[in-house]
Amino acid sequence: MHPSPPSTQQPSQSHTLNSQRLTVMDHHLQSPGNDSNTQAVKLTLNQVNFFYEDRQALFKIDIEIIKNQVTSFIGPSGCGKSTLLRCLNRLNDLVEGARLEGTMLLDGMDIYGPDVDITDLRKRVGMVFQKSNPFPKSIYENVAYGPRLHGIRNRGQLDQIVEEGLKGAGLWDEVKDRLHASALGLSGGQQQRLCIARALAVKPDVLLMDEPCSALDPVATAKIEELLFSLKQDLTVVIVTHNMQQAARVSDWTAFMYLGELVEFGLTKQLFTTPSKKQTDDYITGRFG
Amino acid sequence: MTVQRHFDEELSDLKTKLLRMAGQAENQIDQALTALVTRDSALARQVIERDHEINALDVEIDEESIRLLALHQPAARDLRLVTTAMKIATELERISDLAENVCERAIELNEEPQLKPYIDIPMMGNMARMMVKQSIDAFVKDDATLARKVLTDDAYVDNLMEQLFRELLSFMIEDTRTISRAIRLSFIAKYLERMADHATNIAELVVYLVEGKIIRHTTPPGSS
Repeated sequence: MHPSPPSTQQPSQSHTLNSQRLTVMDHHLQSPGNDSNTQAVKLTLNQVNFFYEDRQALFKIDIEIIKNQVTSFIGPSGCGKSTLLRCLNRLNDLVEGARLEGTMLLDGMDIYGPDVDITDLRKRVGMVFQKSNPFPKSIYENVAYGPRLHGIRNRGQLDQIVEEGLKGAGLWDEVKDRLHASALGLSGGQQQRLCIARALAVKPDVLLMDEPCSALDPVATAKIEELLFSLKQDLTVVIVTHNMQQAARVSDWTAFMYLGELVEFGLTKQLFTTPSKKQTDDYITGRFG
Repeated sequence: MTVQRHFDEELSDLKTKLLRMAGQAENQIDQALTALVTRDSALARQVIERDHEINALDVEIDEESIRLLALHQPAARDLRLVTTAMKIATELERISDLAENVCERAIELNEEPQLKPYIDIPMMGNMARMMVKQSIDAFVKDDATLARKVLTDDAYVDNLMEQLFRELLSFMIEDTRTISRAIRLSFIAKYLERMADHATNIAELVVYLVEGKIIRHTTPPGSS
């Protein structure tokens, strides 16, 4: 059972409730027995529009991402799901001419506020990409890199962070005897888990994953999917995936996007059995896309 | 962009098999009633022998559905269609079993003189058969309104069974020699009432298929 999200956090500005938000509220109404206090909102997106110069890529996105749960974004190529994900840790700031309207709150703090230190934000909101991208360094140095950057010099402390990161990413047992070997000697699946360990080493609150398994074989994919179940004990995970079965398997909440709009957002178990919008139904049953 | 799906053909084949099974189950009810009313033991035995054909279709639909689930991992309305088809097949198989039970009792009844003219029993049976037909029509047409009508018809069959039970009780009280026949007839009434219940189950599955709402077991206790 994944109880409904609460309204522990009110949007900073009032606006008309749109259909996505109503979908979430409907679940809330359907399950009055759930203790909504356990369902804190981690990220609140409020009327988010996003532009690449003149081209609008996201239209009025409203979403509440629940703490310690996995939320997946699905939709056909070009629907804006990766754009939305990259807005969450301001990776799109690096894109020339990119512009965002609306608000994105992380624990109530405006991600795009004037006082936000982007390095600090990206420490709190980590990211793993489609293609594993380990540094051409040792396994140990890959994981220790982030903490070092944030000022940790003590060897014992670093050793502990590396071990915890690798254990958290389910890689420790496979590499503990060769921590100082090159990361580039690992298999694709191991490299991807190393990237997860590297992201975990700076103790983020949120982990963003952009197609983390699309370059991996089924066994490596299964390991990452299993990992998500343990990761969400400590983190909030947002994952973009083309693989709908993967979204169905690993996520608690699913957002279906199409042409830059959020078509439907709800509990995964509901969205994959009884979606409320025909467009969602058509997409997840493979009738269009 | 709309995608042509080979999967649609496979779903359509599954539906066709289920329709064939439903047609055979309706026929079994019809023939069982005829065997009872006309006291035709030979026909009753034919109905009993034919039950295995429906059992075979039940297995076939199950295997087909499991294959579709494993190989296509359907979602949303496709998922509801496949799982509903599996469940409907089970309901139809049980309906056919009940028709077989009616025939077994009919053969036993034919060894003694007829206790009473059979009027309400065929009425019950025809109603049950119509409910099966309508629930399957609702399945084919994705018609939740028709499915809901079947649900209300169930009360009519229940009332007929109650009436018949009281009548048979009076026979037994008046003349103990009628007991064995009256008990067999009340068994038959129960079988027909169960058939209507299975038709109701199918109708509830159709509502789930169309609307995604599970409505079974939602009647408050004590209400009929």
